Order: sequence, then C-alpha cells, then structure tokens
Amino acid sequence: MDGFMLQLLGLQLFTGVALGAIYVLMAVGLSLIFGMLTVVNFAHGAFFMVGAYVGYLLYQYVPNFWICLVAVPLLTGLIGIVVERYLVRPLYGRGIDYPLLLTFGLGYVMVEIIRIIFGKQGLPVSTPDALQGAVDVFVGPFPLYRLFVIGVAVVVLLILWLFIERTSFGLIIRAGARDPMIVRVLGVDISRVWLVVFAIGTGIAGLAGYLSAPMQGIAPEMGTNVLIVAFVVTVVGGMGSLSGAIVAGLLIGIVESLAAFMYPEASKVSMFIIMALVLLVRPMGLFGRAGLMS
Amino acid sequence: MKTINKWTYVLCLASVFGMSGALAQSDPIRIGLPVPLTGPYGAEAKDQVRNAEIAVKEFNEAGGLDGRMAELLVRDDKLNPGEAATRALDLIEKDHANFIVGGLSASTQLSTNNVTKQRKVIYISISQSDAINEAADMSRYTFHEALNPHMTTQALGRHLFKEGMRIAFLTADYAYGHEMARGFTTVAEEVGAKIVGEVRHPLGTSDYSVFLPRLAALKPDILIFNNFGRDNQISIQQAGQFGLKANTKFVTPVLLYTARQAAGDKVYEGVTGATSYYWELQNQYDTAKALNERYKKEYGSYPSDYGALAYGAVKSLLMAVKQAGTTDTEKVVDALASLKYDTYKGPEYYRGCDHQAVQSVLIIESKAAPADNPDDVFKIVKEVAPTEDILRSCEKLGFK
Amino acid sequence: MTLDKTKTPAVFEAIRRHRVLATLLFLFLLPWLTPNYSVAAHILIFGLYALGFNLIFGYMGMLSFGHSAFLGIGAYTAGILIAQHAITWWLAIPAAIIVSAAGALVIGALAIRTRGIYFAMVTLALSQCVYFLIYQMPASGGENGLRGVNVPEVNLFGLTIDVLDPINKYYFFFCFVAISLWLISRILASPFGHAIQAIRENETRTRACGFNVENTKLITFVLSGAFCGLAGALNGINLSSVAIETLHYETSGLVVMICLLGGMGTFFGPIVGALLFLLIQDVFSLWTEHWQLYVGGIFIFFVLFFPKGVWGTILEKLHVD
Repeated sequence: MDGFMLQLLGLQLFTGVALGAIYVLMAVGLSLIFGMLTVVNFAHGAFFMVGAYVGYLLYQYVPNFWICLVAVPLLTGLIGIVVERYLVRPLYGRGIDYPLLLTFGLGYVMVEIIRIIFGKQGLPVSTPDALQGAVDVFVGPFPLYRLFVIGVAVVVLLILWLFIERTSFGLIIRAGARDPMIVRVLGVDISRVWLVVFAIGTGIAGLAGYLSAPMQGIAPEMGTNVLIVAFVVTVVGGMGSLSGAIVAGLLIGIVESLAAFMYPEASKVSMFIIMALVLLVRPMGLFGRAGLMS
Repeated sequence: MKTINKWTYVLCLASVFGMSGALAQSDPIRIGLPVPLTGPYGAEAKDQVRNAEIAVKEFNEAGGLDGRMAELLVRDDKLNPGEAATRALDLIEKDHANFIVGGLSASTQLSTNNVTKQRKVIYISISQSDAINEAADMSRYTFHEALNPHMTTQALGRHLFKEGMRIAFLTADYAYGHEMARGFTTVAEEVGAKIVGEVRHPLGTSDYSVFLPRLAALKPDILIFNNFGRDNQISIQQAGQFGLKANTKFVTPVLLYTARQAAGDKVYEGVTGATSYYWELQNQYDTAKALNERYKKEYGSYPSDYGALAYGAVKSLLMAVKQAGTTDTEKVVDALASLKYDTYKGPEYYRGCDHQAVQSVLIIESKAAPADNPDDVFKIVKEVAPTEDILRSCEKLGFK
Repeated sequence: MTLDKTKTPAVFEAIRRHRVLATLLFLFLLPWLTPNYSVAAHILIFGLYALGFNLIFGYMGMLSFGHSAFLGIGAYTAGILIAQHAITWWLAIPAAIIVSAAGALVIGALAIRTRGIYFAMVTLALSQCVYFLIYQMPASGGENGLRGVNVPEVNLFGLTIDVLDPINKYYFFFCFVAISLWLISRILASPFGHAIQAIRENETRTRACGFNVENTKLITFVLSGAFCGLAGALNGINLSSVAIETLHYETSGLVVMICLLGGMGTFFGPIVGALLFLLIQDVFSLWTEHWQLYVGGIFIFFVLFFPKGVWGTILEKLHVD
C-alpha cells in the first residue's frame, strides 16, 4: 500500500475512534442501567435527543457552551429520575419484558412531545468558536471538535470508573449488579441506588446528545439511529460490563469506518454482522457474564 | 302506544330538512391528499397541505364546477409505502375520492400509484422520482407534476460542468440517489467533465465522517451531494466542518427551502442547487405573485418548493375538471393530458407518453438572508426554460 | 383451590372449547364492525402475523426482535413471483410460506443457542442482515419497493372473483387465516404444544423430563416463521406492493407491541392486540398529527396496568384459564 492510501487509512481509523466515542458513551449508560436494574432502556435514544434539546434551550438563556456542557447531563439525569421513579419502578419483579416494552412506548412519547414543543423541523446548532476548525493529526486534517468529543468521552469514562471503583456508592453498584437480593438483605436501600444509576445512565446519554448537536444539528428523530447502535455495542460488549462497552464501542466505530472505506453501502449493516458473529461464538457478549438475566 | 313524543317529532322534522338540504347540495369533488405528516418531512408535508387547501379554496370561491365544490381529504401516509397504499385504498373504497394527489418520497408515490392505476383513479404525484415516468409504473391515470431527477440533473449539470472538471459524488444508496448520480454522469460525459469518484452512504446516516476523508482525497472541483432532506443537511454540514469547502464547490440537485431555513446560512453558504419553485419567481410571473400573496395573507410567509407543487397539482387538476365539465375519470384524463397551464411558475404541460409535467428548472444559490427579510435565502442564478430536451426520451422510458 | 370456586359461565366454556370457531366468527363479522374495510384487512393480516409471532413469544416465552424478516421474506417471495414472473397466487403463496420457513430454519438454528435478551438481539441482528441483503437485490426494487404485485382476480372452481373489491378481498384472505388459525390451534392442543409451554415455564425441568428442547425450539421457530411468511405474502397482495420497510426492525417491534397489548400466551390475544393497535392508530391519525403521542401513551398505560394485555386481563377477570 502506498503512502497515500496508508494516510487515508489512518484518517479513517481516526474517524472510527471519534465515532466510537459517542457510541461508547451511549453504550456505557445502557450497560449500567441493564447491569444494575436489568432494564433494557429502549428510551435511551430519546434521552440522547432530549439532552440535545435541553442543551439548545439552556443555551438560549445561558449562552455558554461550557456551562451547558456540565448542566445538560444533570438536567437529563433529573428527567431520568422522574421516569425511573414513576414508570420503571412499578414494573419491578415482572420480568425483563415489561420495562423493555414500557421504555419502547416511552421513546415514542418523548419524541412526540419534543416535536410538539420544538416543531418537526430540526434546529441548527453551531460549533462553539473555540472548537472550530481542523487540526493536523499527522495523517491529515481532522475537525478539532471531534477531537474534543473524544476528550470529553475519555474524561467522563475516567470519572465513572473512579466513581464505581473507588467510592463506597460505587461498591454498592458493583455489588448490586452481581446480586441485588443480597444487597437488599444487607440493608441497602436499593431503590435509591437504582434511581442514581438510572440518572447517571440517562445523564450520560443526554451529554452524548449535546455533544453530537454541533456535528449533525438536532432533530426529533436523531435518537433512533443512535439507539440501535448503542444496543449493538452494549450487547457485543456484554450487557452490564463497562469495559465491554468501551471495547465494543471502539471496535464497532472502527469497523464502521473501515467498511465505509471499502464497501460503503454495507457500513450500516457491518455492526449487525459483527453482533451476529460475536453472539454466535460468545452468546453473552465479549465481556458479559453467562446467565446474567437470561 | 302513547302519543308521539314531541322530541321524536322534532327529530323527524330535522331529518327531513337535513335530508332535503343534503339533496340540494350535490356531491363534492373529493381529492385525496396522502402526505407524510408524521416523520422527518412533516414540515414539508404540512406546507403541501396548506398550499393544496389554497388551490381548493380558489376553485370553490370561483363557483366550483357549476356549484359542485371541491373537498380535500388529507391523510397521513407516515412516509411509509405500505401505509400510503393503505391510505389510497381507504380513500378510494371508503371515502370515494375522485382523484388523489400526493406523496413526498419516491417509494410512497410508487406504491400509491400501483393502487390507483389498478382501480383507474387519477393520481398526480408531487415529488421527485424517475421511476414513475417509466413504462412499468406509469399508466394512463398517472401524472407527475414534480420535477424528476433526470430533469434536475440535466439542467444543473449543463449549467455547471465544464470540460476537464473533476466531479465527485456523495450518493445516498437508494433509487433517488442513484438516479441523480446517473443523470449527472450523462451530462458529464456530454460535456467532457470527469467523474473522479463516488462514495455511497446508507440512507439515514447521521455521521458522514467515515466517508469524507475519501472524498477529500479525490480533490474534486465539484462535490455533488446526491441525497435529500436531513441526509443532505447533515452531510453538507459535516463536509464543511471537515474543511472540504475550501477547494471544492458544493452542489446538490435538490436545494430544499425548508432544509436551508432549518440548517441556517452557515451550513449552506456557497452551495448551488436546483429547485422547482422559489418565491422570487413572483417578479416574473403573475401567477407566482398571486400564490405568494394569497399564502402570505393566510400564513404570513412564502410557500416552499414542495408546497407550491401541491398547489400546482391541485390547481391544474381542477382546471382540467372544469374544462372537461365533469369528474368522469376518462374525460378528465383527456383534459389533463392536453392541458396547457400556468398555475404558479409559468407555462407547463404534460408530455404525452409519460404524463411528466414539462416545466422550468431553477438553478439557485444559497445566500445569507438580509435582516429585514429572513425568507430571502436563495438567489436565482438561472431559470432553465421548459423543454422536453431535459427529459428522457419516450423510447428510453420503455414506451413504444 | 377454595371450596366456593366461581364457576365459569357456560358461554365462556363453549368459547374456550371451540376457540377456533369463535375466533373465526368474530373475524367473519369484522368488516362490518370496523370503520372501513382496509383496516379490517389490515387487522386480519397483522393478526395472523401476531399469531405466528405469539407461538414464539407468548407460548414459548422467547422474545424475538427479528420477526419482520419472515414477514418480509414471505412478502418479497410472493411479490417477486407474482410481479416479475407472472406466477399465479396459488403457487406464489405456498412458495412464500416455504421460503420463509427455510429462512426461519437458518435464523433459528443460529439464534436458538442464545437466550433472553441476547436471543432478542441476535434475531434483531440477523433480521437486519436479511434487510440489507434484500435491499441490495435488484429484484426487490430496493427503497422504491416492489410494485406490480397485482392479483386483480381469483379463479376458483370456475368462478372468477374480483379481488379488487374490498369485501371479496377480505374474505379471500379470510380463508387463509382460517386455515392457519385451525392449524395453530391443533398445534397448541397437541403434546407438542404443551411441550412448548413447558419450555416457557421451566426449561431445565422440561429437558429433565426427556424432551429435546433444542429441537422443539427450532421447530416452533420454523412454524412461527411460516405463518409470518404467509401474512407477509397476503400483505403484499393486499397493497399490490411490498415496501422495504416491511423488513425494518420497527415492524419487528410492532408485532411485539401488538402481542403485548392483546395478551401474549392467549389464543385470541394477538387478534385483539392487532385490532386495538391498528384501530387506535387509524383513528388517532385521522384526528391529530401527534397520534404517536397518544398511541405511545396508551401503550405505556397498558404495560403499567394491564400487563396481561387486554384479552389476558379479560380472561383473568372472568376466571377463565
């Protein structure tokens, strides 16, 4: 391969990592929620979209990208708390299908509410001035904003890791993912834990939406595409496994990018092929634990 | 049995009057309008409804067909061809629609057409498709008011391509995208321009970063975005972010008014495209002026490109009905086929073999709207006069 | 078991005994109960789709998110044969059933090794692969869909029935659905049918009792695929075209919603679900452009308060098992 192609390939790999960053953020939230609550959150894409719109709305009043960056996950998490408390919690104990179906319907409702408030047309969002332009990343020019997104994803994952591995609350989360019954027996109010985990998961999704906004604008349907990818990533990585979500997210991002390079029509279906292959060889995902809520 | 209750008496009287009233009012002329009110093109569909309503109102205000009023039956086809076919069936079987106008995607218009042509109901399609002109899909009862990809690409390509130019495509991987690419390739071959590469993306992609490096590496003079709506908006935005605008001219076959307004000026800066209608035509045609004034009076802004198509289709349909003097399908078909009309954008007529509306194509360029007129988003660079030259020949379409 | 157990009324006992006849009677009268005929035909076809899906979801307890693949394979097989090869319907429809059953065999064989949410995801992934393959096939028409699936009349025993007439079309489809219903009822009442439900209740125990669980799962999956394929073929004929959206995962999600709304694991539930869902969608879309809000809201309401679905809850209230 001549130098030019190698350079192009390198650039393509870079875009794959940037793509993976958003996927990882979405998958991490999904995986957390599933690992802890055994809830398959079909409204996760809607939270992604809501985060973008919340950011847009907030920006009208507080025109500072950075303040909004911190505020959006908190506000989206708040919405997540309300959803968990009043819609998801009542379904505890009824089996895995019901929360799945509820969040499925919830997704429709949330999208429609946003349509009613903000209109069906998308809204333009521009990149903040400080992050505009392209940077030479050795293999070619690459948008600075996408590098920023990778950076934010890394920071968020680090904070999350520290939270889960190094705090006592994180200890409860890990224990609860392993055996919720025992945790309750030990006297922990597991419902509060669930609330927090759901809030964190949806908050991260909202952040991902806010970050995506300058790249593609915002529209009520923007969550549906991402949701499917998020599911694929979560399942490939193993539901309930954070390291799995990270590895799978990057893998799928890079594969999609390379597929676009070699056989572009198949770039969308490439992740399904990967998912089918992984699950057939390792039915619980790359890092998943067997028997986790079959 | 007791004496008849007074309310029964009242009811009887009321129904008698009601019935006689209904008898005095004759059968309305029902026009079905299945459009995607829900889904990503809801805004465009809504505009089509508004414009169609204006056409109907104008017909009724002018007395209708000897007292018979027209009625618009709006339905939501959810941008889904199966749903569109169901709505068409409904409109014909339950609502007894006389005619159907509608569709905003190629797939919905084709599936609607399949239903209407079997049942011999006139269908006027108001969105782009090359396939609907072809012999396999077309029928005596099928009419196509909108532009098709071939017309659009011929007009735009002949205006922009010069000998020796390097042209690249970013094509959405579906029929519409392929049709556009095919049309541009034909022009390039005629003029001596070179297609240096094409990248196809799956429909509905929201992240084009994986396709852009390859396109940038081709170093084209012109990059053509053969996609529509959201795909078009996002791909242009991201291509700009990747720095491609510096050395390449961005071109897109359908430069949508609503998309330009949604995405804002920065995204579409310097982009050239084509369209069937832009409100500035009012400076040339009285009919455009009349439509704009009416629309402005009711809604406070200007009709969009796809909206105006709906107006044109319903208006010419009702003109044909008036000319034929009846709603009898066969007579209206004959009237439509021979109609010469200027409903909103200058002279048009339907070509004989494929009932394609021969009309002008506008080449437009996006610009920053001045503060006092936020709707002034395009500049009409050229108006390609109506000609059958830019249509595919009848033989090519499969007609003997 | 309390001593004063409420006796189920004789009428309901009769219905339960002859569930096929009762259901068929209801479906026979359906066109006169719905606001228009095309909704009735739609309910009939999607009811069949849901019935096929219910075999796997309600009776065997496995949530599949890829059943649109079979609906689509059936639709495209029949569609391509009728539109492009001028094959008559009474060859095209059985062909559609066979091809979708074959598809179910392949997908089932691959997916059965997984369970629970992973099963749902594998079926989703495989159905999306089918979507992609069919999309890329030139014969399918891709995004434009497959047009020309025209069956204007049906020639049976010397009689020519105009199938463009909505009533005739409805009863033409009704015949297929009737046979399918009867078959499904026979399957469910047989020992095989009981094995299916046993797997849902406790797979390990069923295996311990000596049943070949894998084979049972696979056979059920194939049967389910066959019925869904038939529904797909009928849908293609109904609309005279096949849309690529038939293979989209949203169509898979639709049938899950329908089964849940109606009552999974009940015989009549899927039809009730199809009736409710399609009617609500129809009525609401005529009324407002924000119908998705109301449909989603109603759906959430059902999930929260009527987990057994409408029919399941009705049965429960009437103490019928």
